Amino acid sequence: MGEYFINILLLMLTAVLVENYIFSKFLGICPFLGVSDKPDTALGMGFAVMFVMTLSSAATWAVYHLILVPFHLEYLETIAFILIIASLVQFIEMFLRKFIPALYGALGIYLPLITTNCAVLGAALINIQNNYDFIQSLAYGFASAAGFTLAIVIFAGVRVRISFADPPKSFRGIPIAMIAASLIAMAFSGFSGMSF
Amino acid sequence: MENLTNILWALFWFVILGGVLGVALAIAAKVFAVKVDERIPKITEKLPGANCGGCGYTGCAALAEAIVKGEAKPSACVVGGSAVADEVAAIMGVKAEAPVRMRAQVMCSGTHELAKKKYIYEGAPDCIAASKLGGGGKLCPNGCIGLGTCVSVCPFGAIKIENGISAVDYTKCQGCGKCVEACPKHIIKLIPFDAGVWVGCMSVDKGALTRSYCEVGCISCRMCEKTCESGAIHVNDFVASIDYSKCTQCGKCVEKCPRKIIWSDKSQKKLGVTLDREELDGE
Repeated sequence: MGEYFINILLLMLTAVLVENYIFSKFLGICPFLGVSDKPDTALGMGFAVMFVMTLSSAATWAVYHLILVPFHLEYLETIAFILIIASLVQFIEMFLRKFIPALYGALGIYLPLITTNCAVLGAALINIQNNYDFIQSLAYGFASAAGFTLAIVIFAGVRVRISFADPPKSFRGIPIAMIAASLIAMAFSGFSGMSF
Repeated sequence: MENLTNILWALFWFVILGGVLGVALAIAAKVFAVKVDERIPKITEKLPGANCGGCGYTGCAALAEAIVKGEAKPSACVVGGSAVADEVAAIMGVKAEAPVRMRAQVMCSGTHELAKKKYIYEGAPDCIAASKLGGGGKLCPNGCIGLGTCVSVCPFGAIKIENGISAVDYTKCQGCGKCVEACPKHIIKLIPFDAGVWVGCMSVDKGALTRSYCEVGCISCRMCEKTCESGAIHVNDFVASIDYSKCTQCGKCVEKCPRKIIWSDKSQKKLGVTLDREELDGE
C-alpha cells in the first residue's frame, strides 16, 4: 500500500517537472501565450485549469471504463471526452456562480475558455493510454495542471521583465515572447531523462 | 451484422450520453440560476462601456452593480456626465445630481528648451522607470518627465507628448483620472472642465532655485495674487494655485504672470494640443 502512494507521488512529480505539459508535451500552448501578460491573470488561468482538469480526469475515467469499454466503443473516446469536458465546464461554471461567487469572480472569463484547452483533453487521453486507475488519473490530472500553472506563472514573470526591455523592433511583442518561452523550455529540458 | 450492432450501440450510447448531459445542464441552469437584479443590465447598457475605472470600480458592469446595491451614486460615472447620470437615476427611480465634468491637466510648462536637464536618460521609455533614476532627466523635481506613462494608461487616447511634456486634448479627455494615478510625479490634476484658467507649474522650490533649473517655473512672485480681484489665486508652498469656486475667469493673472505659466483656454489656441510659446508671446 505504501509503495502505491509513493508511486503516485512520483507520478505527480514527473507530471509537474519532467513531463511538463507545456515544455515537453507542447499541450496548452494557446493559453500559455494568450493569458500570460500578467502574473495575476496567469495564476487565475492556472487555478481554473487545475480545477477543471482534476474533475474532468475523474469524469472521463468513469465514462471510459463504465460505458466505452464494456460496449467496445474505445475508438470514440475523443468525441466522448470532448462532450464530457464541455458540459463539465458549463456545469462547474453554473455551480460556482451560485455557491462560490468569490471563486467564480476570480476565475472569470478563464473558466469557459478552458473548454477549448487541449491540455484538458490531453490529460484525459493520456490517462487512458497509460492505463491509470482512478486514483492515478485524478493525481495525474491535478499534477499536470499544476505543471501548467507553474509554467504559465514563470512565463508571465518573464514577460513582465520583457515589457521593460528594449528588443530590436522586429522582435517586439510575440516574437520575443516565443524566444523567451523556448529558453524556459530549455531550462526545463534539464529534467528530461530523469526517471523515477 | 456485427458491424451494424456496433454502430447501433455507439449511436445508442452517444444519444444517451448527449441527452443525459443536456438534461443535466438544463436542470442545473434552473437549479443554480442566480437572481440578477434586472436593473443591472439596464444600467450597464446606459453607461459608456469604456471600462476605464474612473469611478473606482473595475468596470462599467461593476459600477452598475454598485449603483443598484446603493454603494455608488447614480452620478458616479465621471465619463458619462449628466446625461448618463439622468438616465441611470431614472432607472433607479431617484433624482440625479449633476456631476461636475472634470478634465485632466498636466501642471507643467517646462518643455525641452525651457527646463534644464540633469542627465540624458536612455533607459526604458517609461516615466516610472525614469523617476527611479534620480527622479528623471529634468532638474526640476516636479517637472513632467515626458516619457508618456500617462499616454499609455489613457483609455481615450487623449494625451500626447509635445516637445517633452504631456498635453491633454480636452475634446477627448473624459476626466477618468487614470493618468492622475499613473503619473509618478503627481503633476496631473483634475480640474473642472470649464475651469478656463490653470497654473502650469507644480514646483514647490523657492523662486531662486526654481529659476536655476527652469525658465518658466513659478517663482512665487505673488503678482497673480495681487492682481486677482476675487481672491481665487494664492501662492502657497512657493507655487500659485487657483481656487475654482472663486475664480471668475477674468484672465488678469494670465496677463500679469511674468513667467507666462498661467494658462487659459484662450491662450492655448487649439484646445490643449499646442504648447507653442513663441506663438503665444507673439499675440
